[in-house]
Amino acid sequence: MTNNSLSTHGQKTRDGNNAKELRRDELLERLRLFGLSSPALIFVLFILVIPVGWLFFVSFIGADGTFSMENYERMIRSKAYGRIFRTTFEVSFLTTVLCILIGYPLAYFMSQLPRRLANICMITVLLPFWTSLLVRTYAWLVLLQKRGLVNDWAISLGLWEEPIKFVHNLNGTLIGMVHIMLPFLILPTYGAMKAIDKDYLKAASNLGASPVRSFWTVFFPLTTPGLFAGSLMVFVLCLGFFVTPAVLGGGKVILVSMKIVSNIELFVNWGAASALGVVLLVITMATLWIASRFLNLQNVVGGGH
Amino acid sequence: MLKWLSQPATETQVSHGSRLWLYILVTIIMVLLVAPTLIVIPMSFSDSQYLEFPPEIWSTRWYQNYFGSDEWMLATRTPFKAAFLTMLVATPIGVIAAYGLHTSRVPFIRLAFVTLIMPMMVPVVLVAIGAFYAFVKLKVLYTLSSLVLAHTIMAVPLVLIVTGAALKSYDMNQENAARSLGAPRWKAFLTITLPQIRFAVVTSALLSFLTSFDEVVIAMFISGGDNPTLTRNMFNALRDQIDPTIASISTIMILITTLMMVLAQLFGRERS
Repeated sequence: MTNNSLSTHGQKTRDGNNAKELRRDELLERLRLFGLSSPALIFVLFILVIPVGWLFFVSFIGADGTFSMENYERMIRSKAYGRIFRTTFEVSFLTTVLCILIGYPLAYFMSQLPRRLANICMITVLLPFWTSLLVRTYAWLVLLQKRGLVNDWAISLGLWEEPIKFVHNLNGTLIGMVHIMLPFLILPTYGAMKAIDKDYLKAASNLGASPVRSFWTVFFPLTTPGLFAGSLMVFVLCLGFFVTPAVLGGGKVILVSMKIVSNIELFVNWGAASALGVVLLVITMATLWIASRFLNLQNVVGGGH
Repeated sequence: MLKWLSQPATETQVSHGSRLWLYILVTIIMVLLVAPTLIVIPMSFSDSQYLEFPPEIWSTRWYQNYFGSDEWMLATRTPFKAAFLTMLVATPIGVIAAYGLHTSRVPFIRLAFVTLIMPMMVPVVLVAIGAFYAFVKLKVLYTLSSLVLAHTIMAVPLVLIVTGAALKSYDMNQENAARSLGAPRWKAFLTITLPQIRFAVVTSALLSFLTSFDEVVIAMFISGGDNPTLTRNMFNALRDQIDPTIASISTIMILITTLMMVLAQLFGRERS
């Protein structure tokens, strides 16, 4: 009631209260709006966060059901596990490098085309991007097998005499993985290239830079954020990749994700699988965290679309 | 042709002729990107046990094999149902989450955003065994709902990113104008904002559908029994042998994705 008094003092408190109330209302409104994300958050919490937390817990349970570090100790001691981690890194690294070597020229070429032509070329990137992973893996399996198209044609053309083994080894794994990862590199790189103001290049050539020089000193440095974002995306996706290496590697190329699956499916050893999973997760998150210090992660994940 | 070769490629570039290597390289890359999947289509019409290109004898033998198999038919129905339901669940919760994160300016938005795109970052094998565990506890393993639940969290990040990007380029003042004229927030959103970001919402829905339809690793763990999925069965078949039936299934899947892409393009054109 005092708020209704006409004294100057009362006026002040009323305004003060109003401001406070408004602030509170606004905060409530913001929280309500934030609450709109709660259904999605609850889904992720129950199906991802809690179960992964549980995996973390299980990784510290030994074969006898008590707390132990044996799952991690085994990983450090066993040569086989060391080899699996090395293979995973090698395959991821090689795939990323190959994607850069193949994807960058294509993105560069597309970025210089007039819009309509660039859109047509873009289809060659998007068509595989939208096609099922399994279909593409299957296609390579069929093409690269011993009696497959590649060997048949190469032999009839006289390129080589005996069929070369392309699948069920590292070659096949890399070919398939590069094909699947390429769009993840090309899209953000292309985006970065399109955003470059062409006047920079004109300025460079006006100042006497040769095309090669202006490419390396002006164009290329401006594309590195996109290239880096794409490469990171490819590398991180490769670390946890399962389907393509499992099919095209034919059991010869064993990655961490495949070992996790076989630990559960074949040996029903949740402890060992969880420990591997925790290490894989930590490596993945550490890679992303280090990268997030150099670039905006939102651009990385948004880059692919 | 010779004249074209000696012309500069752009105002600041060397001539087309000295960039010829780039054009050849790019052509090879583009062929290698598209050809492998396209070659599967004619191959699927081969009569041979070994897939040939071009087929010596054409037949629809492998299609008959697919459509005639109860097992494959069962495995086709489930992913369609799952993908459709995933789309129906993931799109609205993703869109309202995107709207919520876009409009509320609370300090923990970043954390919420990172949590919501987690399923994209976490290796899918971990999502799969995590979901497997959760569904054993919830006693919904091997049911359609378990597939829908797990695929929904895989689809939400895509919805969030696509719709979020659209909201960023959308002028919120339009909605504010409607609200200042007395429309409640939900009504302003539904009648003013939603129609303008509809392309992103439709794209999100299509991506949700495809994410679920295409997903293999999670399906490998949590689908089975009465609810096997096409991709799960395909994956198992691929590990064992190269069954030409897969070629016909692949062709059908290529058709489905192409159809989705065309749909997305049509909606995209409508916007501009």
